[in-house]
Amino acid sequence: MVEKLVLILTPIFAFFVGIFLEGFKRKMVARIHRRYGPPLHQPLLDIIKLLSKKENISHGVMFDLGPVIFVGASILTVLFLPLPHFKQLTPYGDLIAFLYIMVIGSLGMALGAGESGNPNASIGIARALTLMLGYELPLIIAGNTLVVRYGTTDLYKFMTLQSGFNWNLFLLPLTAIAGFIATYGAMGEHPFDTVVAPQEVATGPMVEYGGKHLGLLMIGHAIQVYIETAFFTILFLGGASNIFTFILKQLGVIIVMTLFDTVFPRFRIENAVRYFWRWPTLIALLGLLIVYIGGK
Amino acid sequence: MELQETLEEGYVEILDHLRKRSLWMLHYCTACGAVELPPTITSRFDAERFGIAPFVTSRQSDILLVTGYINIKTLKRLVTVYEQMLPPKYVIGFGSCTINGGIYWDSYAVVKRLDLYLPVDVYIAGCMPTPMAVLEGFRTLMKLIDEGKANGWRKYIENYDYYKANQRKVLKW
Repeated sequence: MVEKLVLILTPIFAFFVGIFLEGFKRKMVARIHRRYGPPLHQPLLDIIKLLSKKENISHGVMFDLGPVIFVGASILTVLFLPLPHFKQLTPYGDLIAFLYIMVIGSLGMALGAGESGNPNASIGIARALTLMLGYELPLIIAGNTLVVRYGTTDLYKFMTLQSGFNWNLFLLPLTAIAGFIATYGAMGEHPFDTVVAPQEVATGPMVEYGGKHLGLLMIGHAIQVYIETAFFTILFLGGASNIFTFILKQLGVIIVMTLFDTVFPRFRIENAVRYFWRWPTLIALLGLLIVYIGGK
Repeated sequence: MELQETLEEGYVEILDHLRKRSLWMLHYCTACGAVELPPTITSRFDAERFGIAPFVTSRQSDILLVTGYINIKTLKRLVTVYEQMLPPKYVIGFGSCTINGGIYWDSYAVVKRLDLYLPVDVYIAGCMPTPMAVLEGFRTLMKLIDEGKANGWRKYIENYDYYKANQRKVLKW
């Protein structure tokens, strides 16, 4: 009974944590720029404003369904991530299923933006899917290294096996670095923000989205921020024993990511993919080798 | 019935109060006014603390910032951009060029008064307005939104024929 209740409340929890992390990020970026910065709840205000627009422009059925698929897939992905003491849906889908489901959101957005007919949107989608090809490879190698180490694909067991500072960050630093770079790419921060790139393709897939559509996309994005940080926390930072430690660790991930995000310029798309297939993949393969030779 | 009306009014008031804290601007930079915007949105004056951030497409934006003079060619684009934006939307006339033509008062190619063609909510006078004046203009717009007086977009819908006739006179559409 409690399990089911938690299952229903988890997407809302994930949304608010995502909003908090996003707001924290904006504030931190501002402080690094030596600005005062927006209030912590600014992303929430943005979403309220977008959802309260009086008119909407639609370009067709798929255009409307795109954001819905994005939010729906994000909620589904959240449910496959374990929380401290709660297995969520992990008995029904393991790491491999999770890596498959994580992609659905981007595909939904690609389908929706494709119908708008705007050339900037098409370029943005092409870039998003190409970039995905780049960061998925090190992510999957890094994930499977843990599978080799523990002999299981269950995300909840990953969390319990790392309890008491047996974090993979310390035990398998190479794999953790590769996983971090891959997760960072999935977040689309600088230098991997070729997808939205406002100066080049006018926010890419979102170019024709406004009003309530964009509001839905921003809700989905907040949940995505939660997913990426929670995924890294569970795999490499040893999960957590209670919810506050969990959020604190996610905050740590966001802080490190923001430090990188504020100082880097932007890769061209082919350079980004070349980077992903060269350095993180090499590091991840090295980590895999170490686990094979060194054993568990 | 009265209760429902009161509730609706309260709802709109709360919404306006929240909405004024998040304004995304589309800066239509055709003229020299653009040069005052980088200091306004970066470290020194930091417009983001009011929730004002620059955005790149007309679909996502709330404020249309018309910086400087508008000639007949750019007016056509300006009207298209304004009509692409989603209401509630606000127009800010930036600099004296949008008020009476400024130093282009006798030019044959320049449109002198912006509010004949688009409903302007706030004017920022000056040539050039400093970043402080720009921020003051934003604060005024926020106050107007909070009081429910920034109704330019509604005016445009109600007086559509008037604005269209004025635009046709210049553009020869």
